Amino acid sequence: MIGAEFIINTISLGSLYALVSLGLVFVYGILKLVNFAYGEYVMVAGYALYVLTAFTPVPWYLTMTLAVGFAALISYVTELVAFRPVRTKSLTAMLVTSFAVSVFLQNAALLLVSPRARAVRLPSWFNRTITVFDATVPLRNILIIVTAAVLLVGLTLLMKYTVLGIAMRAAADKFTTTRLMGVPANLVISAAFIISGTLAGVVSIFWVGRSAAVDPVIGMAPLLIAFIATVIGGMHSLTGAVVGGFVYGLLFNTLSIMLPASVISYRDAIMFVIVIVFLLFRPEGIVRGSYTEERVG
Amino acid sequence: MLKVIDLHASYGAITALRGVSLEVRQGELVALLGVNGAGKSTALKSISGVLRPIQGSIRLLDEEIANKKPEVILRKGISLVPEGREIFTGLTVEENLRLGAYTSYERTRYQNDLEEVFTLFPILKERFRQAGGLLSGGEQQQLAIARALMSHPKLLMLDEPSLGLSPTLVDQIFELIHSLRERGITILLVEQNAERALEIVDRVYLLKTGSLEFSGTPEELKSKLDIATVYFGGASDAEREVSL
Ligand SMILES: Nc1ncnc2c1ncn2[C@@H]1O[C@H](COP(=O)(O)OP(=O)(O)OP(=O)(O)O)[C@@H](O)[C@H]1O
Ligand SMILES: [Mg+2]
Repeated sequence: MIGAEFIINTISLGSLYALVSLGLVFVYGILKLVNFAYGEYVMVAGYALYVLTAFTPVPWYLTMTLAVGFAALISYVTELVAFRPVRTKSLTAMLVTSFAVSVFLQNAALLLVSPRARAVRLPSWFNRTITVFDATVPLRNILIIVTAAVLLVGLTLLMKYTVLGIAMRAAADKFTTTRLMGVPANLVISAAFIISGTLAGVVSIFWVGRSAAVDPVIGMAPLLIAFIATVIGGMHSLTGAVVGGFVYGLLFNTLSIMLPASVISYRDAIMFVIVIVFLLFRPEGIVRGSYTEERVG
Repeated sequence: MLKVIDLHASYGAITALRGVSLEVRQGELVALLGVNGAGKSTALKSISGVLRPIQGSIRLLDEEIANKKPEVILRKGISLVPEGREIFTGLTVEENLRLGAYTSYERTRYQNDLEEVFTLFPILKERFRQAGGLLSGGEQQQLAIARALMSHPKLLMLDEPSLGLSPTLVDQIFELIHSLRERGITILLVEQNAERALEIVDRVYLLKTGSLEFSGTPEELKSKLDIATVYFGGASDAEREVSL
């Protein structure tokens, strides 16, 4: 029953979800804020793909780079104009702000483009099926595994061996003390938003690449997945986010093949039951991280 | 070097400092004493920019630094070893020290500074690659001080460095503070352990519920206490506070 196809598709889905949840946790770790606008960074990258592929002759690699860059930029801009002014206020103020940013960006897409979905044409090889280890899978499923591996290694090196990475880990643990070392608060927070937006952009390529379309509310699903995956894996470390992404992918695919056709539509409900079980019995998630709950002052 | 004038600070509705003025001169070791809740940590937090004072002036070398951000004040030359050490527990000793050198980093200078730290705190060399959270209380205190020194501060502020340490370690910490002072580092020291602090400091400020109750030399403080004892046949307020 468990063939090569299942394994590859599960690792592939897990890789995508790992990147999705990592993007959410980067900001959460430092600001202790669940950024509800995170899904919208995926959305804006999707529209960048749409505009660039539909209206410009830009080659695919540049299209993808620009889309990722655009998501990173929008993420940074939201930090600058929306989150920074309320940072020292209550956590509630921050949450409300992130709702507002989310709604604002959705409505911007609605007004500037259309409430209806727009087709996004990525190069045809992106969705071509190939055969590896007797398994027939879309090429993008292999590409996401490679991309995730490269990004995870890269981010690990950044967090471990650069002073910015060390400062970000320190800030996630003790924000004020990190500032007492001379590390500017704005630097680590901006860096977190830029990394978060970059990950959302990369996720968008594969998300939109799969559905071949983008609409104003496309960000809701990635946000929800990131949220569930981090509850399962643990919100208090980057490792937890990655573990949660892979576990979520495994659970999802397992349920998909195990459940009889008559109950498959309850798959999402079952996922939520699992989340509730985690919240009740292991609220810190699979990986107990070292991040504290100290808020940015 | 540091001049604080009429400092007021509060936590919301709770007023913690009501008009405190104090001064630390170049090369001095000054103690700020007082019972629990007197406002000692609040004073250090205000000076280092962690807490915004509501009124008053804080001058470092004649430059106004009140209301500046902590990261800016660190760059200006004030380094705080916070109450409770505040080691980054998930980071290694090496990484903790590297962050301490965030503003002063330059490869060869950093290597030299590390060597100097290792002579002052040999244990940190042994534990260099271990997580800060695995260190004992005394080792963490040494790391916190070493980390603060990495930025080459003009003024080092220590908030209860002897708290929670065994008597031998307390001796070591006070010896260390004394030797730092001998090296010419200007220090503002907050302590509960008044008796030990009075042995090594040049001058003393005594805080009581957010206001200064006394300022002078350790001898003056002691004689004031002696007189109070002679005349009233018991411990004065000041003495009770100091012996606490
Ligand atoms: N974060 C805070 N929120 C509200 N009130 C606070 C806070 N920190 C301190 N206070 C109050 O401010 C006053 C001064 O506190 P502070 O910490 O400066 O005292 P301290 O002299 O350092 O005492 P200790 O010796 O216990 O460290 C106290 O009344 C205390 O209850
Ligand atoms: Mg204190």
